[in-house]
Amino acid sequence: MPAATPTTSGIGRVLVAVYGVLALAATGRSVFQIIDRFDEAPVAFLLSALAGVVYIVATLALAFGWRRVALATICFELAGVLIIGTLSLLVPGADVGSADPRDRTATVWSAYGLGYLLVPLVLPVLGLLWLRRRPAASGA
Amino acid sequence: MILGFTVVLVGVAVLAGLLCIVLGLAGKAPADLTVLSLVVVEVLLLAQIVMALVAPAVGNAMTGNPAEFWLYLITAAIIPPLAVVWALTDRSRWSTVVLGVGALAVAVMAYRMHQIWTVQLG
Repeated sequence: MPAATPTTSGIGRVLVAVYGVLALAATGRSVFQIIDRFDEAPVAFLLSALAGVVYIVATLALAFGWRRVALATICFELAGVLIIGTLSLLVPGADVGSADPRDRTATVWSAYGLGYLLVPLVLPVLGLLWLRRRPAASGA
Repeated sequence: MILGFTVVLVGVAVLAGLLCIVLGLAGKAPADLTVLSLVVVEVLLLAQIVMALVAPAVGNAMTGNPAEFWLYLITAAIIPPLAVVWALTDRSRWSTVVLGVGALAVAVMAYRMHQIWTVQLG
């Protein structure tokens, strides 16, 4: 574990842990979907893989105290889940992932992350609140 | 997978998750009860691995994609050990919460695995 910084002690650690699990789950699943059934929803799966990579970066940024990177990645995730989630519900034919979490083409952002207990929707909000409360001690 | 065992696995994982989160928020550092609850979850996962290897030979084959199923199961089996190592290196209330988060993640994965085995067509 890296040396203790404001986000590696206390509740920041829980945030890192949850982001880590989500990064693992989202990336693993999107890689599998791309390998196994890419032609069924190519755009959705590529978006999901991108989300997974950004989740990994967000996890590292929170763990190592890279404030600006954490802010950027978390904002990207929040925008992503809101935009893709809305599209998946309003435009059923769009290649953004199925709104039914049990479907083969469901992704981490489809239906606002319903298949992941809405964690992709709630977590960025908690992350942003956490970053706001933290003093910018370590700068970038 | 067998429905009865899945119910036990998911149930125990949810209970362990809630127990650890509640005790963590109440200020308890990782201790025998919380760490052992994750050990129990891990034992059930290891049993699940054995069962999934044996099942097709006794007529219980999965309907979904085997690669996807095993991806979930192996990932799930890695989480409790990682969470316990985390808890033992940082003995604070928040690492108890992390134990709980790990257990809940396992519960969700076990539920998905059951879907892949019984409902999803691979």
